[in-house]
Amino acid sequence: MNEPTGQRGGREPAPLWEVFVRARRGLSHTHVGSLHAPDAELALHHARDLYTRRQEGVSIWVVPAGAITASSPDEKDAFFDPAADKVYRHPTFYEVPDGVAHL
Amino acid sequence: MNGPFEFTVSLGDDALVAAQRLAEWTSRAPEMEEDVALANIALDQLGAARLLLTYAGELEGAGRDEDALAYLRDDREFRNCLLVELPNGDFAVTMAKLFFLAAYQLPLYTALAGCADERLAAIGAKARKESAYHLDHAALWVRRLGDGTEESHRRMQAAVDGTWPYVHELFAADPAAPVDPATLRGDFDTTVTTVLAEATLTRPETGWTPAGGRDGVHTEHLSYLLAEMQVLHRAHPGARW
Repeated sequence: MNEPTGQRGGREPAPLWEVFVRARRGLSHTHVGSLHAPDAELALHHARDLYTRRQEGVSIWVVPAGAITASSPDEKDAFFDPAADKVYRHPTFYEVPDGVAHL
Repeated sequence: MNGPFEFTVSLGDDALVAAQRLAEWTSRAPEMEEDVALANIALDQLGAARLLLTYAGELEGAGRDEDALAYLRDDREFRNCLLVELPNGDFAVTMAKLFFLAAYQLPLYTALAGCADERLAAIGAKARKESAYHLDHAALWVRRLGDGTEESHRRMQAAVDGTWPYVHELFAADPAAPVDPATLRGDFDTTVTTVLAEATLTRPETGWTPAGGRDGVHTEHLSYLLAEMQVLHRAHPGARW
């Protein structure tokens, strides 16, 4: 999917789009994969064919892959490790005092 | 034989032959995404063909099921329109064929959904949603290619010009049928005129209007298509996956 076939004069592949599908009402859109398409309309068509063939969804978003800013794997330690030893961020860390009725 | 047997067979054959032609694109489409889209549409057509031919077999009452009708008839017994049996040509020709077919099938199945025959009404209700998508997809490409580059415009116009003569057969009057095809021409013309205008394409003048498919008189292309489609079943009767 990522490589042009070579038979077409080394044509650049169409831009990449990330696809998000909402499985049913009440759930969030979830990332399901990506595809190539020249514009948003065709990206939506292709997403419907590629990712909702088996009733996977009721709504689709397509987003240009270039529009997504992602955290870098190199920064994983700085981004995520500091949370590892901060158990007090979980509500289960705290004991509810007796007599607190409306917490 | 009773009921709308001939009518049901002709719609089933349209869908079956269209499915076979579209399936020829599998692994050969311009992009993988379009490959899947064409295969999807082919499978939609095949699904409609199975329902229609199964029902036709029941109407006939001679013990023929969908497989017997699909695989054990010769070209003169097929009732599909000539449009669907024409070779795929380039991508523009395939899209022109699909566009005209879907612009006919959508009002056809919609009208069928409201007809008195319950089985045909149920098939129409299911198939019209699929046809709406086929029309959407084909129209998208007709606009894109027509209003694209000089080369894509030239090819799309040539494709429209080349297939236009074959659309007239679709609307031959048949007042006794559950849906008279002649009543669908208005919807078809509206769709075609709108999309061709958006695509900056010229709607061809009507001149030569070949027909005969509904009577079993086909182009030379159909028997080759059937040979490929039927060879396995004829060599191994009753073969299953």
